[in-house]
Amino acid sequence: MKIKHLVSGIALSMGASVLSISAMAADTIKVGVLHSLSGTMAISETTLKDTVLMMVEEQNKKGGLLGKQLEAVVVDPASNWPLFAEKTRELMTKDQVDVIFGCWTSVSRKSALPVLEELNGLMFYPVQYEGEESSKNVFYTGAAPNQQAIPAVDYLMNDLGVKRWVLAGTDYVYPRTTNKILEAYLKAKGVAAEDIMINYTPFGHSDWQSIVSDIKSFGSAGKKTAVVSTINGDANVPFYKELGNQGISSEDIPVVAFSVGEEELSGLDTKPLVGHLAAWNYFQSVESDANDAFISQWKAFTGNPDRVTNDPMEATYIGFKMWTQAVEKAGTTDVDAVEQAMIGQETENLTGGMAYMNKNHHLSKPVLIGEIQDDGQFEVVWETEGVVPGDAWSDFLPGSKDLIADWTAPISCGNYNTVTKTCSGQNY
Amino acid sequence: MRYINAICACLLGLLISTSVLAASPSEAQQPLLLELTEVKLNKALPVLQQLETTEGADMLALFKTMLNGDLYYEKETRRLIAALKEQSVTRYSDLFSGEVLSDLSKKQVRKIKVNNKLRGYLGEAIARMQLNHPDSAVRKDAVRSLFSDLGSNTITLIRDARLKEQSRSVQEAMDVALALYRARHAEEATDRLQAIKDLEGSLEPEVRNQLTQLAENDPSRSVRKAAQTGLDKIDQQAEMYGFINQLFFGLSLGSVLLLAAIGLAITFGVMGVINMAHGEMIMLGAYTTYVVQLMLPNMIEYSLWIAVPLAFMVSGLAGILIERLVIRHLHGRPLETLLATFGISLILQQMVRTVFSPLNRQVATPDWMSGSIEINPLLSLTLNRLYIVAFALLVFMILLIVLKKTSLGLNVRAVSQNRDMAKAMGIRTDRVDAMTFGLGSGIAGIAGVALSQLTNVGPNLGQAYIIDSFMVVVFGGVGNLWGTLVAAFTLGVANKFIEPVTGAVLASILVLVFIILFIQKRPKGLFPQKGRAAE
Repeated sequence: MKIKHLVSGIALSMGASVLSISAMAADTIKVGVLHSLSGTMAISETTLKDTVLMMVEEQNKKGGLLGKQLEAVVVDPASNWPLFAEKTRELMTKDQVDVIFGCWTSVSRKSALPVLEELNGLMFYPVQYEGEESSKNVFYTGAAPNQQAIPAVDYLMNDLGVKRWVLAGTDYVYPRTTNKILEAYLKAKGVAAEDIMINYTPFGHSDWQSIVSDIKSFGSAGKKTAVVSTINGDANVPFYKELGNQGISSEDIPVVAFSVGEEELSGLDTKPLVGHLAAWNYFQSVESDANDAFISQWKAFTGNPDRVTNDPMEATYIGFKMWTQAVEKAGTTDVDAVEQAMIGQETENLTGGMAYMNKNHHLSKPVLIGEIQDDGQFEVVWETEGVVPGDAWSDFLPGSKDLIADWTAPISCGNYNTVTKTCSGQNY
Repeated sequence: MRYINAICACLLGLLISTSVLAASPSEAQQPLLLELTEVKLNKALPVLQQLETTEGADMLALFKTMLNGDLYYEKETRRLIAALKEQSVTRYSDLFSGEVLSDLSKKQVRKIKVNNKLRGYLGEAIARMQLNHPDSAVRKDAVRSLFSDLGSNTITLIRDARLKEQSRSVQEAMDVALALYRARHAEEATDRLQAIKDLEGSLEPEVRNQLTQLAENDPSRSVRKAAQTGLDKIDQQAEMYGFINQLFFGLSLGSVLLLAAIGLAITFGVMGVINMAHGEMIMLGAYTTYVVQLMLPNMIEYSLWIAVPLAFMVSGLAGILIERLVIRHLHGRPLETLLATFGISLILQQMVRTVFSPLNRQVATPDWMSGSIEINPLLSLTLNRLYIVAFALLVFMILLIVLKKTSLGLNVRAVSQNRDMAKAMGIRTDRVDAMTFGLGSGIAGIAGVALSQLTNVGPNLGQAYIIDSFMVVVFGGVGNLWGTLVAAFTLGVANKFIEPVTGAVLASILVLVFIILFIQKRPKGLFPQKGRAAE
């Protein structure tokens, strides 16, 4: 809260602000927060901004970092993808932040990436994404496809005996890439092409009648059918409603979703969703001491006892913890030193066990499958044994099969081809 | 219907389980019940299976409560209790004695968890127990839900029940089940042939699957042939019902378009104001529904009927306000009007974000609008869509009557046809303008109530419909309500018939391209105004 007062004080007295900023720059470490606070993505991203602020506050209570206080610099890229690049530049050049926590959609990350690499910045990206990327300047603390989609499919195949697959998604890069990986994976597992149905819908699609009816007839062919949903955001509610109305229950055709979490469920009537599944690395309902502490801290920070926690929040939490550890290990906030110190960092997952930062800038995390309950929480029905290391380049796509990312010497490359033994030269 | 029945049956079961004294469990059942409270989720299935077959008290209440996720146990005594949730209060009662346990708090009980596997099993077990239910509709649903799992135990149960069955429709369902079993397991080809004959006329998906299997894999040629003939017949029917289904989807999409566009047909069509804030009027109506449900949490069933007039007033007043404060001053300057109303739409969106939060709000669907009417296994119409088609037409009729038969309507038509002449005749045109804009906005508010049942209630609700609305009005012909009606249903049906072929993304693009081409040819839309009014 102190910082907020400070910031508003600065805003009030413009003259004094120049002085105070330069004065503070000397003895604070600046943490940039690049999350949309307005526009369509504000729904999801505001939560992450608050999470970072909470972590900063907590760290300052513990005495800061390297003997300095942390100072959060919040900017609003307003769900406007090109603005993410501008705001990144502003944070790096004007505010001179030492680290950035930010972005939600892949397109916003792709927009900020060239700026980060040009100015040699450091960003933590906390959302599950389609993979096929590894930048020296970004740490990916959300799930890669092999930490979410593939285990979910394994669960459906092995535990529920699913034989026919509907891959339904919103029409943009994350679902398209994920479905491409899943399709290749399913075919490798011996699923015939006629047992896979792929369907894309526009953003915010609300008329699901014919698609659900197609799914219904696709699923009545006598083989157990499941829907793997990469449907994004708003469009989920009418989709689940239509499933309920057309009499498709989770026992008949379960839907496993990769974009539906506690936060999304808190805004809707969960009746038609009960029993459907979601795959994440974190659920609020998981019982552990660390998680209980985190939840009560979050509720106290937001002053709202009904606020829920979700997977990208845990990813932000882990990223922030690891960053502080790496800064302490490196003894400086210098990007290159911190980047090297990050690799190999370990910190406690909120769901138990340890998260580990790999050489490819992706985390090793456990994968959980949960069933939606009527109170908007998830009941864990399956989890991986131990942690799964995040894979930057999918093993199931022909173009990226041979690629690996390794940011330690001697390779130091985000897309190293293990066959030709070359780094393709691109930075990501 | 099947779905509704299932819900009714479950509710009924709950009532029975909590009010009527059930027999207490036998000695053989006691340890199993205890085990149920201790066992892990993935080990619960065998316990339940044993419970189903062990002699003693009827386990129907237990299974139903568990299927609904209302089964709890007292931590201390480990006795099973049923939870009855009424709004925010949860009451507990002993599962077997029905005794209400008012002093139990949430902390003293723990929920017995269920997952999909258990739900699937519970559904079937309940169906097996309900083969002798007094209500024939319940019996029929029970038989039908067993089609997918016809083991020898189940078949014996159905066979026994068939002997006692009186109701014609339940008998038919049971015969299908028995024939399905014979078609799958009979040794002799003649028996299988007979079974295929018995299955004729049934449209159940399981029958179709069974016939497909026989047609492909049966060792006997005559069986394969008979199965193929049966299959062809079913496919023929499926094609016809598929067509009807798509037509219904199209009409229902059309009715949504009609609802969204009809208010605009008045403000844009009749008054000529390009109102970019039209979508936000819809949004206000949807939020009114949310507020009504928030204020009257006990009256969800009636909330929509209360919300309709309220939404009309809220959006109507907002419309009148916008007209008085902004649009009036920009009369005859369409470009400025467009920009100003666009600004208003942004202001309204941000206002909603500030007042209600940027998150989507939850609007509950009343029970009478959930589920579907099943006409046959291949064709079922979802209730919410049916109601909305009817509602859209009703709104359209009322609006038509208002415009044709009331003095306001007369004034509106007069002003829109010739403003100066109307003025000269003593019509207060500025007042009529405000009323017309209010009427158009109010109708948009009503549309918002209907849309709150189909889509998300959030700050972006209006934006999703504004383009569609303009599309419909322009396509139908500006200033013509019938044109709007025809255009809405044409676009809806066209969209739904293209969608299965091209996918949803391409379908909406194709519709847009079609409209662009159409407007090139006929700039005034389907039904252009003729005569003096057109000038």
